[in-house]
Amino acid sequence: MSQPVATSNATSPLKRILAQGKYESIQMLSNGEQLILAVVMPLIALIVLNVTDLIEGVAERNIDAAVPGVLALCVISTAFTGQGIGTGFDRRYGVLTMFSTTPLGKAGLIFGKVIAVLTVLVIQVVLITAVGLFMGWHPNLAGIAPGILFLLLGAAAFTSLGLLIAGTVRPEATLAITNLAWILLAGAGGVLYPLSMAPAWIQPTLNALPSAALGDAMRDALISGHFSIAGLIFLLLWSAAASFAAIKLFKWN
Amino acid sequence: MSSQTPSLIINELAKDLGPVPALDNRMLRVLESVTLKAYPGQVTTLLGANGAGKSTTLACAQGLLQPNGGTVELLGQDPFGDNPDLRSRVGVMLQDGGLPPSMRPVPLLRHVASLYKNPIDIDALITRLDLESFGTRTIRRLSGGQKQRVAMAIALAGDPEVLFLDEPSAGLDPQSRQVVFDLISELRDAGKAIILTTHLMDDAQRLSDYVYIIDKGCTVAQGTVAELIERAAEDQDTRPIAFAAPAGLVLPEPPAGLHLSEISLGEYRLDGVSSPEHLNWLTTWWVQEGILPTQLNLQSRSLEDVFLEFAQKEERA
Repeated sequence: MSQPVATSNATSPLKRILAQGKYESIQMLSNGEQLILAVVMPLIALIVLNVTDLIEGVAERNIDAAVPGVLALCVISTAFTGQGIGTGFDRRYGVLTMFSTTPLGKAGLIFGKVIAVLTVLVIQVVLITAVGLFMGWHPNLAGIAPGILFLLLGAAAFTSLGLLIAGTVRPEATLAITNLAWILLAGAGGVLYPLSMAPAWIQPTLNALPSAALGDAMRDALISGHFSIAGLIFLLLWSAAASFAAIKLFKWN
Repeated sequence: MSSQTPSLIINELAKDLGPVPALDNRMLRVLESVTLKAYPGQVTTLLGANGAGKSTTLACAQGLLQPNGGTVELLGQDPFGDNPDLRSRVGVMLQDGGLPPSMRPVPLLRHVASLYKNPIDIDALITRLDLESFGTRTIRRLSGGQKQRVAMAIALAGDPEVLFLDEPSAGLDPQSRQVVFDLISELRDAGKAIILTTHLMDDAQRLSDYVYIIDKGCTVAQGTVAELIERAAEDQDTRPIAFAAPAGLVLPEPPAGLHLSEISLGEYRLDGVSSPEHLNWLTTWWVQEGILPTQLNLQSRSLEDVFLEFAQKEERA
């Protein structure tokens, strides 16, 4: 390899990541279906949980138990389902291949998606918090910092899971799997209501799900002000395992 | 070829793709042995039929596929793997574009340009490729030719030293084709190494400084267009004469080895001409019959003839 190394024409890695983050965020926010999944469905879940007796007795008032669960649902909507579907179709249309011919690099692609997930998540959290406060939510202030930490850990775990599915199966299958998983996790995955309300025989299985770890940890934090060590360990393990599998198995084209 | 250092060196490249269900899930050897070099300031063309291995060669050269055998050296480096610094010096126009359907062309182009320290003059490029004329539409609503122009612009965004163009004129209308061809010529004159694939002989003949003919995953011939035509002409000791004259002439029986026919109304062709005597026979017939042709052409061979001959040779082999 005799040729002298010429100067790189790539901008700094940070600038590339930020540029890609902006691009991915615009892509996510301009997609109507993703907005329904990210904003409309969680708002509907919040209202339904507040006006029905589905989670009665979990906290002093329904809204105090509903908001933490809906915030956990927001993470799954954006990091897992929305991001997974978007990545799957990017792969199908060759967009990932196109970007891999630019100086963006794998780190730029992945962190760009992470920035987009976090951007949408911030918007979701602000919106759900505002609507929750309007509906009379009184969060436990001691649980706000742990709540933010668990949202971030949940985003890491579910982003990795979304990338794993999008990078290994066809986009149509990604669409089906992530949408079905969203419905199952929202309905029976310990996200919107605590697993103690589920039948005893299925509780050990559901307890192992990242959705349950996230939902329970959020409720522990924002209702009681507790820091869930079990939630922390489960989410860290899921993040590590899913990231490892995604890095190993993800196919860019 | 050139005293300069090659921008791309491919040596005995082999690549398997698959598994292929039709082959009991075995791998298919797509490239057997491709060898080529591409230099700055030249258009190097990979010419071959569909499925010959051109695009796979390009994908290996760009680092999108890892070779199963042989070596690839792009700007002195192995292109396979995550190498943003190398990528920043190389532009790639993919055959299927790889464009996000929900984006508009100009914002996408500006985003890609923002990944480079010194991008090309994007406004000038937009004007040159007339991207504004369909700038309000999303990519999914563009025609094939318009998408080609966007893909070309994306490839040029970083003002690359090496430019890969996979079938650059596919789907383009004549006007866009001219714009793209002029642009390629200018980039060559500016010292860029341009590597393009095509199955269109006219494009190859018009654009190429150096041609590699790829067939069944192997490099079967190489040279400038003139060299290839000349070399093939040396192998062949006859050439055709075409002429236009009144339709429906009664054709005489030519000497042995010649074949005279009316190939279309008023268009005649004498095949097998190999000596001045054959010309003499033809003109004698014209004098006897009082025929003055309105057109006369001692047909020169085209790159297409050369390509077909190589393909036929391979077929026979």
